[in-house]
Amino acid sequence: MELLAFGDTGWGDELFYATLMTIAVSITAMIIGFSFAAIFTPLKLSKNKFLNLLANSYTTLIRGVPELLVIYLFFFGGTGAVMYVASIFGYNEYIEINAFVTGAFAIGIISGAYSTEVFRGAVQSIDKGQFEAANVLGLSKFGKFIKIILPQTLRLAIPNLSNVWQITLKDTSLISVTGLVEIMRQSYVAAGSTRDPLFFYSFAAVLYLLLTFFSMKLINRLEIRYSRGY
Amino acid sequence: MDFELMINSFPKLLNAAVITLKLLTVSLVVGLFVGLLFAILRLNKNIFINKFAYGYSYVFRGTPLLVQIFIIYFGLGQIEYLRTTFLWVILKEPYWCAIIAFALNTGAYTSEILRSAFQTIKPGVIEAGQSLGISNKIIFYKIQIPIAIRQSLPAYGNEIILMMKGTSLASTVTLMDLTGVAKYIISTTFKPIEVFIVAGGIYLFMTFIIHNVIKFLEKKYSFN
Repeated sequence: MELLAFGDTGWGDELFYATLMTIAVSITAMIIGFSFAAIFTPLKLSKNKFLNLLANSYTTLIRGVPELLVIYLFFFGGTGAVMYVASIFGYNEYIEINAFVTGAFAIGIISGAYSTEVFRGAVQSIDKGQFEAANVLGLSKFGKFIKIILPQTLRLAIPNLSNVWQITLKDTSLISVTGLVEIMRQSYVAAGSTRDPLFFYSFAAVLYLLLTFFSMKLINRLEIRYSRGY
Repeated sequence: MDFELMINSFPKLLNAAVITLKLLTVSLVVGLFVGLLFAILRLNKNIFINKFAYGYSYVFRGTPLLVQIFIIYFGLGQIEYLRTTFLWVILKEPYWCAIIAFALNTGAYTSEILRSAFQTIKPGVIEAGQSLGISNKIIFYKIQIPIAIRQSLPAYGNEIILMMKGTSLASTVTLMDLTGVAKYIISTTFKPIEVFIVAGGIYLFMTFIIHNVIKFLEKKYSFN
């Protein structure tokens, strides 16, 4: 137990901050994923063949390629890509992107592909009559989306989004390969310096279980709230 | 774009893909048995057996695969007693450690898939079997299991693809699978995009094949 003491003698505080880091990366990645979903879901639902193809290639590519490979692409290629873009604007100094941004972006793009599929499914399962009724009421396109479609989409999407959240949370463990100090990385360091990998990796597993358990509780409450009236 | 690198690295990556496929096949076969076993335990009326099977699938589905591999590969070696048993022959090899982790992980998901498939079988089917005088054992093996497998094909297809992506984690325990080799080439040449295109292409091709095989099986075993 002294291995988990707070302060200089144990790994308690380090693991605590690492847990906060995992939560921070997961939430950031989820938000980035939602932004991607916000762009690609309309493309997926659009009648334009080209836009459809674009959105389908995004989701197929991301869902068919291992997360670790995507992370390596961002880790090794991210700096080069940013510096290339900067050089177009005439900035030629070395730019270092920090591990948090790279990691959150890589996981966010992956999570976005899953979210896109979830939102597409949710919009498609809304009753056609709802769209027609909104049209009959003379709502503007924007009003129709905000007042009629979005609330129903959210209600239908929450159960599946909770799966996406779990996947995202677990995927953040892979960012440890880039050196970002989250639960997995911190356990790796602690296991290396104390020569007690069994304890620290098991403890990491417990931390992840706690995170999934409590986030599920929270999401269930959200689900109930959004299902009022049904 | 460095096309020469792409062409040169293709055979190396293809060789590594064979290792990925090996890892995938062995863990899927073992995982299917583990999953079937735990699905049956989940349907048991005994609350302890039931809860045990639920706990297994909860823990393995609630923690990242990476943690599971690390516990098995780095963690179990720490137990002195294990080093003296015959198990050590298996556990000192990263290859088998990875397979054990993958099999237990996919087993947890498979058990959930099969459980829900068993539960959706209409009671009438079982009753029909009983009224024909077929023993419960035969009903289970010849009626319930085939129907459950058919029911779970779409979900299991997804699980196969998820597991294929999961095998990339073998590269974290020194195995040179497709992702491992891709990372090696990237870190020696610093050409991430080219290597990503080739390695990702091979992964996508495998996904495509698996997807179509499952689709074919679904059609073949559909009820009508």
